[in-house]
Amino acid sequence: MPAPVVTVANLQKRYGSFTAVSDVSFRVDEGEIFGILGPNGAGKTTTVESLQGLRSIEGGEVSVLGFDPRTHAAEIRRRIGSQLQESALPDRMKVWEALDLFGSLRAGGREWRELLGDWGLGQKSDARFGSLSGGQQQRLFVALALANDPQLVFLDEMTTGLDPASRRVAWELIRRIREQGTTVVLVTHFMDEAETLCDRLVVIDAGTVVAHGSPQGLIERYGGGVRVRFSHRDGDLAWLWDVPHVTEVQRNRDRFEVRGDGPVLAYVAAALVERGIAPVDLRQERATLEDVFLSLTEEESE
Amino acid sequence: MRLLGKTSWLELKLFLREPLTVLFALALPLLVLFVMGGVFGNEVDADYYRGIGAMDYYVPAYVALVTASVGLISLPVHIAGNRELGVLKRYHASGMPTWIVVGSSVITMFVIALFSATLLVVVAKLVHNIVWPASSIGVAGAFVISGLAFAALGVLLGAVLPNARAAQALGVLLWFVMLILGGAGPPPEVLTGVMDAIGAITPLRHAIRALQDGWLGLDAGLSWLVIALVFTAATAAAIRFFRWE
Repeated sequence: MPAPVVTVANLQKRYGSFTAVSDVSFRVDEGEIFGILGPNGAGKTTTVESLQGLRSIEGGEVSVLGFDPRTHAAEIRRRIGSQLQESALPDRMKVWEALDLFGSLRAGGREWRELLGDWGLGQKSDARFGSLSGGQQQRLFVALALANDPQLVFLDEMTTGLDPASRRVAWELIRRIREQGTTVVLVTHFMDEAETLCDRLVVIDAGTVVAHGSPQGLIERYGGGVRVRFSHRDGDLAWLWDVPHVTEVQRNRDRFEVRGDGPVLAYVAAALVERGIAPVDLRQERATLEDVFLSLTEEESE
Repeated sequence: MRLLGKTSWLELKLFLREPLTVLFALALPLLVLFVMGGVFGNEVDADYYRGIGAMDYYVPAYVALVTASVGLISLPVHIAGNRELGVLKRYHASGMPTWIVVGSSVITMFVIALFSATLLVVVAKLVHNIVWPASSIGVAGAFVISGLAFAALGVLLGAVLPNARAAQALGVLLWFVMLILGGAGPPPEVLTGVMDAIGAITPLRHAIRALQDGWLGLDAGLSWLVIALVFTAATAAAIRFFRWE
């Protein structure tokens, strides 16, 4: 059992009369990429900023690397890296200066020349922050988050505003952070990103955790099962109802949709072939995390 | 301390990369010097300027004015602007201590004020042949305490004002009122009762007095004490109200 890096129990946070977070609990284990998903305004940023001691906490128990952010924020900040939403550097600060500065905040921090090379900023060493592209700024922020050689990094909406190619590059960066042994907490509202990167995740909506688990586990639980589709011109296929794992068969002219669970595709394919039917377009349509997310958050708003 | 040095050096480099602010900090005092020097010269008139030559009166006043412009305008704009952009939040999350952020800004502004004041004095000596300070220690002490008081006011303004534009507007307004009523514009002797009374409560009036007293070997009144009080009160308030975001 890996040690928990972060534990959160019944976190609560209000801004005046507005309750941003009403009940959030989860744990992050060492070495994983942990996702916090939710629509805009769900309380994701408030949650991670509370963990970093940047927000006061009204209720619940929180522990980050064994420290309570209410009393030991400085201890936590020394050991974590952070990429924040809505934060910046002075436009005229050069890339190497930023790395040098953030690296010297903690004894044993990383040498800036090393970080430059690691994050593909070698050519941009003397460039000013204001002249960098969105993707380059993100890479710099990741490099800065790692400048103190942290045990845990928080990445908040890191790929928002990036073009698709830069997003893929950012995903690679996140995987590399984990390969270096650092635990990652990733806040995002992109489902494909969470599905690709996260080992486990929580879905937050309106300040509460509405689901938690691995992306695959959530899809199996909330994704509405597996859909198998194919076309077949003639004949009655009512026998499909008797195939193991099939729960529903729908027909629309020559197009069939079979719903079921788990290994239904293999059983349907075998049954079809057994009867001499080999549709060329037989395929399984997997639910994605997006379907899960929409069904979870729609239920909430109904 | 190493971190404070590194951060201050970086802040100074960032400042020098803004050509307009550099021009403002260095050229404005010189411009005022040339205009006022051209108008009044350095003749002694017993009724005005504490009975000394106009330029002998004005140069220490302009040195005080430099500390005021750096403290009331440059520093608040810098701090409020960095908060507005999220730079302070970024520093905060990285574990940068507050005293480093504030201290490095204050040190940077001090260096700029010192450079600007030196340039002003050298030019004034060359053009108007002003007197040298009677007490170097008195002048240096008055410069440091004035600089600290205006820096504390500047950090306070930067802490409470929401953004760079608000900081600029209020900073310039305060600076201008102090310039006119504090004694760096018309001599206090020509101000009417109310104006003089308002002028007497501006920190600049006392900064000017303290610098002139050291420079001209005049009677050191309560000005030092007033500036020290301004410094203490503004520092306490700045610590109380400082916000990262």
